Parts: sequence; structure tokens; C-alpha cells
Amino acid sequence: MTKRINRWSILTTLIALLLTVPLWVLVSFVFEPTNDNWAHLSDTLLPVYIINSLWLMLGVTIGTLLLGIPTAWLISQYQFFGKSILHWALLLPMAMPAYIIAYTYTGLLEFEGPVQSALRTVFETQTVNLWFPEIRSLGGAIVMFSLVLYPYVYLLARTSFANQSQSVMHASRTLGAGPYKTFFKVALPIARPAIIAGLTLALMETLADFGTVQHFGVPTFTTGIYRTWTGFGDTTTTAQLSILLLVFVTALMAIEFWSRKKAQYFTGHNQPLRKTLPTLTGHQSLLAFSVCLLPILFGFIIPALQLLDWSINVASTQLNSEFFALVWNSFSLAFVTALITISIALLLLYVKRAQQHTFIDNTVRIAGLGYAIPGVVIAVAVMIPFAWLDNTVDNWARTHLDISTGLLLSGTLFALVFAYCFRFLSVALQSVGSGLSQIKPSMDESAKTLGANNWTLLKRIHIPLLSSSLITAFILVFVEVLKELPTTLILRPFNFNTLSVRAYEMAADERLADAGLPALLIVITGLIPVIILSKLIGKRHA
Amino acid sequence: MKLNLKTIGAFLLMGAISFPVYADLEEVNVYSARKEQLIKPILTDFTQLTGIKVNLITSKADALLKRLELEGINSPADVLITTDAGRLYRAKEAGVLQVSLNDTMKKRVPEHLRDADGYWVGLTTRARMIVYAKDRVKPSELSTYEGLTDSKWKKRICIRSSNNIYNQSLVASMIAHKGKEKTENWVGGLVENMARKPKGGDRDQIKAVAAGQCDIAVVNTYYLGQMLNSNDPKQVKAAQQVAVFWPNQSDRGTHINVSGIAVTKAAKNKANAIKLIEYLLSNDAQTWYAKTNNEYPVIANAPWSDTLKNWGEFHSDALNLTQLGNLNNEAIRIMDRAGWR
Repeated sequence: MTKRINRWSILTTLIALLLTVPLWVLVSFVFEPTNDNWAHLSDTLLPVYIINSLWLMLGVTIGTLLLGIPTAWLISQYQFFGKSILHWALLLPMAMPAYIIAYTYTGLLEFEGPVQSALRTVFETQTVNLWFPEIRSLGGAIVMFSLVLYPYVYLLARTSFANQSQSVMHASRTLGAGPYKTFFKVALPIARPAIIAGLTLALMETLADFGTVQHFGVPTFTTGIYRTWTGFGDTTTTAQLSILLLVFVTALMAIEFWSRKKAQYFTGHNQPLRKTLPTLTGHQSLLAFSVCLLPILFGFIIPALQLLDWSINVASTQLNSEFFALVWNSFSLAFVTALITISIALLLLYVKRAQQHTFIDNTVRIAGLGYAIPGVVIAVAVMIPFAWLDNTVDNWARTHLDISTGLLLSGTLFALVFAYCFRFLSVALQSVGSGLSQIKPSMDESAKTLGANNWTLLKRIHIPLLSSSLITAFILVFVEVLKELPTTLILRPFNFNTLSVRAYEMAADERLADAGLPALLIVITGLIPVIILSKLIGKRHA
Repeated sequence: MKLNLKTIGAFLLMGAISFPVYADLEEVNVYSARKEQLIKPILTDFTQLTGIKVNLITSKADALLKRLELEGINSPADVLITTDAGRLYRAKEAGVLQVSLNDTMKKRVPEHLRDADGYWVGLTTRARMIVYAKDRVKPSELSTYEGLTDSKWKKRICIRSSNNIYNQSLVASMIAHKGKEKTENWVGGLVENMARKPKGGDRDQIKAVAAGQCDIAVVNTYYLGQMLNSNDPKQVKAAQQVAVFWPNQSDRGTHINVSGIAVTKAAKNKANAIKLIEYLLSNDAQTWYAKTNNEYPVIANAPWSDTLKNWGEFHSDALNLTQLGNLNNEAIRIMDRAGWR
């Protein structure tokens, strides 16, 4: 038994090590001497970058929690008007790349845009500039990120709320606690790991973003990272800044981890009692409906209508076979990556659980750090080891076999999928992990006592119990890959284009009308798995 | 959830077969920082004319440069296309380019628009001009870039972020002409006069002038050209509310930059790469750029678009563009210190 476990541990460590090679590449730069770009940065803009990033994080925390938790609670606990649609429609904003929603709201709210024009007509002031909140600001950026990132909190919290043993809630209610008290004292603490997991993802994505903050003129830490690279062409300082960002993220995660260390929540195994969700009627139903509709309205419907408005005139010229190739490339890339990433996450988490060993715990934690690294940095960190490997092999082959093997992996889809796996493993780890954290360890023990080996345990107990978390993870990774930009742009092979690249190239050229259609199609392609898989989750809980 | 094994297998197979396979046909591999929509049509024309297949990756200039560096002698790329001279300078310094300019190219393109050692050549030029609100600013109030720091422009200027390479190049050109100290004062004065924190792209600055948020803006020529020729009536209307001013006509001339091309050191299809460059410098290709994107041709006889003709001829800065790359880092530091976000 012990031998077996060790073999799994070694395998896990190996996989984690291989996958995190880009991270070690970055870490290796820490040992290089700092150059004068560091001094320059810390003398000038670094404080501004840090302060803006902190405000952004605080704002996005509040925004995503406010949008994500109430909706998750309502959807998981009550029946009300429109719920069957709202429960998956709440995921739609996730498919909207943050920089795209930023462009749409800029278009809607600018001086010549429909909103201000309408206001001027109403107030009959053509010349005087009305006071109007500037969307391109720190506050605007917080709103944009909250609108597209709350689904992480919603999805993970919803899964957690829905999986919580009803008996706990019933006990709470029986003991005289009202619905509010039950929510704050029972449901919320139990769902905390899931909510934190969702929030962590939202914040990591916020920290890694460049496009939105750049467009809004809010320089953040990532702006600094980009500038050091594109402005100074200084890979060393870029890598060092990225590591600093990671240290910060790790510290945050550690603080959260220690603060809840004593409290471990596991759901009981006397599951269902599902069919008795209370039905809301009248005002209550309307209120629940409105609370759930708002984020969809502002995070999806309005920007999607704007995209539709932009793309409707150009659709006929753009929709050709080349365009469908974009859809297919995006879809298949996202599909394959999601499967691979989730398999790796499952393996890592499973071994981590079986081992209960600090070393493995930390290995898995490190493997999940990719999400906080800006895509550009990941792309470079992936290029370095691949190019080194290819050139070394080529060199050897030239010397010993007198042939050139050229670049075997660099510039292929393999390198791209590898980069995605590293970047999005965290997404899979967080969602699968939060599901796993709700399965009692005693179940593992009982099963083992009954003679089940690890594989049987995984297949017969964990996967069935985890399926909704797995589906969640699949949706998240799929949609992430679909809208991913910098890594795709930098690592893709010749003549390989995706929807996100097309949308970006048009938007970066400030051709918003032409960016509309590919952006809309990212959203629509993302919709398909969201709807199918939400139906699957729904069925399991029906 | 039951996933059909066949489906998964099919997707994996699909993944495997979509890996690129390079056959031994006549081809040329292009790393382009010009976006696909602004390069692919002309590459398609090249293929039709010559039968040489063009494989294309578009990306950010710095990423392509890094990729070239890391791939080394095994890089599949034959040519590098960028949208500014600074990056070509950087590529040359990094040792990933080779000398490729022949006498025909040198004859066609003026000296200051190509590398002195023959590593790269400009394909199109663009000028960083001043636009002003027709109803609020008289052209006689404007003179030079230096004049933008005058206190009469306080809170009246819109210009995008210092992250933008064209602003970095503008400041670099100022350093080349006026020295570091004067440039630092100039940037400081410009920041003082900004009507708002830099945000958005060049079109946004033009829109802001039209909307009355500021009275003048510094932008690249082709953005205004694209707006004037846009399908979107709002963009056309905004663009029509501003007029063009060419700064520094009585001294060094208006600052310009180029999009340019170079052959990589690792090029395995050098002959085809040179054919491609020659084609991009042909009358047809140069005319296409002028018409499609309102950029200025680098060769003498290619016709301008109507929009460019309307703006008229101007005296442009003949500073060797290599200087822009050379002074780029210094420019960024100055902008950082002066608080140009």
C-alpha cells in the first residue's frame, strides 16, 4: 500500500514540475542582478501601479461578491419566476472578454453615444457638456471586471449551496433561525471555501488583465510588467515583477488559508430532500427575478446588443468560410484544453487528498499559480524552455546524426495547449477542489475499509459526487480558453487564427464595428457548453 | 456526464492533424506586427502574382521579436514586419536580422526611411500631427510640438497613454533634436496642459476634441483618415469637426514613423523574402496602402488617397529613424518621471 502511494506522489510531483516549468523559468530570473529599470520604476510609477491594483482588487471583491452570492443563494434555494432560464443565463457574462465589454460600454456612454445623446435631447442642451460619470476610470474598470467575473463566484457558490446537506439547513430552521440567520450563520460559512475559490479566480484574472486597464487609462501592476517588456525590452525585470505579483497572490491565499484552517466543513452524506425547494410568489418572486436579471442585463444583454448593433452592417462581408474556420479553431482548442486540464487537476487533487502531505499540498498549490501571471509573461516563459529544448535536440542531431530536426515543439499547438494548461490549471483546481472539500474524508476511509483501492474510490465515489464540480470546471476552462488573448496571439502557429485574436486585432485597430462579430461569436460559442452543461447539472439535482 | 470516447478521440485526432506541416513548395514565412486585416489582402495578391505561398503569424512586435530571438537559427520566419522603426532597430540590435536591401530598393526609398546598413526598409509612413477643433481653435494659434507647452493650452490637449509606441517615438525624436533636459521640460509642460488623464486610442482623442472635452489632440494621420472614410456616420461626423495642422513646418518638420520590413537572419527562403519586399515596394502595393489605410507611400510616384491629398503636402522630419529605437528607453523614462501615464 505504501509503495503504491509513493509512486503516485512521484508521478504527481513530476507532472506538477513539468507543468510549472514556465514558473521556474520566471523564478530563475530572480537570481539575476536587478538592473536600473528597477530603480527607475520604484522611483516613478511603482507606487501608483500598486495602489491602483489594490483599489481594483478591493472593488472587484465587493462587486463580484455582491453580484455572485445573492444570485447563487436564490437560484439554489428557491423556485421563482424565470429561474429555469436565469440559472444558466447568469453564466453568460463570463463569455464576454473584459476588454470587449470595456469597449462596448465606452461606445455606449461616450459623448456621441446613445445614452449621452438621449440625455442631451431630453434636457435640450446641445452645447453645454452635461456632467456624466466617466466610464474610463478606476471605478469604471471595477464595474467592468465585476460584471464579467462574478460568474466565478456565482457558479462555485451555487454548486456549494446546492450540495449543502439540506438537513443542516433544516436543523438550523428547526432550531428557530430565520432564513437570514440560516444564510449568514450556516450556509455562508459552509460555502466559504467555494466562494473564496471563485473570488480568487476573479481577482487573479483582474490582476493579470492588461487590455481593459490600458483602455481605461488605469495603470496597474500589470501595466508596469507590460511596459517593462514592451518599452524597455527588459525580460529580466519583467520576470522579476511577475514573481513579485505571484508572491503577493500567494501571500493573500496563505492568509485566507490560515484564517480558515481551524474550520473545516464537510457535508453530510444524507443528501437530497431536493424537491422541497420553497416557491416564492408575488413580490418576492419578482424581487428574486430582478436580483438575478440585473447582472445578466448589464453583463450580457446590453453589451451583446451593442455588439450586434456594430456587427449587423458588416456581418455579410465577414461571414465566410474563413470565419467558420475561426469558430472551429476556437471551439476545438477550448474543448481539448478543458479535457486535458481537468484530467491533470483531478490527478493532482486526488493524490493530494490521498497523501495528506504538506509537500504535495504545496506542490499542487504552486501548480495553480499560473492564473495570476499575465498572459504575455506566460507566453514568453513557455517559449523559453521549448525553444531551448528544440534547439538543444537540433544541435545534438546536427552533431551526431548530421540532420537538422528544426523546431519540434516551438510554434506548434502543443506549446499553446501547454501554456493554456499551465495558465488555467488553477481554474480547474479551484472548482474541482472546492467540490472535493465537501466530501467527507470518512467516506474515503469507509470505502478503503471495505477493500476499495484508490482507483475504485475515485471512480465509484469521487467522480459521481464530483460530477457537478467537474462540469463547472469544464465550463470555466472552456470559456477561458475561448476568450484568452495574449498567449494565443503570441504562441499560435502559422496561419492559425481564433475568434479572440480576430476580435482583438479589430478592436486594437479601433475598428469596433468589425470587432463586434468575432466578439459576439466568442459569446455564442461559449454559450453552447454553458447551456448543455447547465442542463446536465440541473438534471442531477432535479 | 458520459463522454463518448469516440468524440474525445476525434477531437484529439483533430488536434494532432492541425499541427502545421511544411511542404517543400515555394513559400515565405512572415512574422507580422501589422494586424491581419492590414497585411493579408496584399499578401494574397503577392501569392496570386508569384505563386509563392505566404504563411502568416500576426502578433505584437515585442512578442515576435522575442520569438525570433529564442528560436534562433531554427526560426521558421523569413521576414519580420513591424509598425514602427523602433522595433526594427531593436531587432537589428538583437542580431535576428540580416542585410537584405538591394540597389533597387535603395533607389526607390529615401535614405531616412531605411536602415543605413541595409537591414530594414520602411513600407509606409505615418505622421504624428495635431488636430484642432475647427470652431474653437484658429490654426494661427498653433505652431510646433514645442508650442504645445504654452500656458494658453492649459487643460486643452488630448493625447493617449505613454504606453503607446508612437508617443514614445515622438518623445525620442524630441530628445534627438533638443536634448534630454529640454525634452523633459517639454513633456512636463505637455502633461500640465492635458485636458484629462490619457485614455483610449488615437480615435478617442479625436472624438474627445469633437465632443468638446479638449481643443487639440496629437494623433497619427491614418486614424483620422479611417474615421473620415468610416461606415459609421458618428465617426465621420466627429472627424469632420476637426482640422489638420502640420507642426514644425518652419524648422525640422512634422514627426513621422514608418511601418517596415526586414529579412530574418534565420531565413530559409531568402530569395522569396526579397521578392516579397520588392512587391511591397511596388506601385500597386504602395497604392493599396494609401487607399486602404490612408498611409503615405514611401516611394515617389504612388498616388495618394483623396483624404491624404486634401490634407496637402507637408514637410516631414528627416531624422534618421534609427534614432527613435536608440532613444526609446530614455523617452519612456522621461515620460514616467514627468507623470505622463
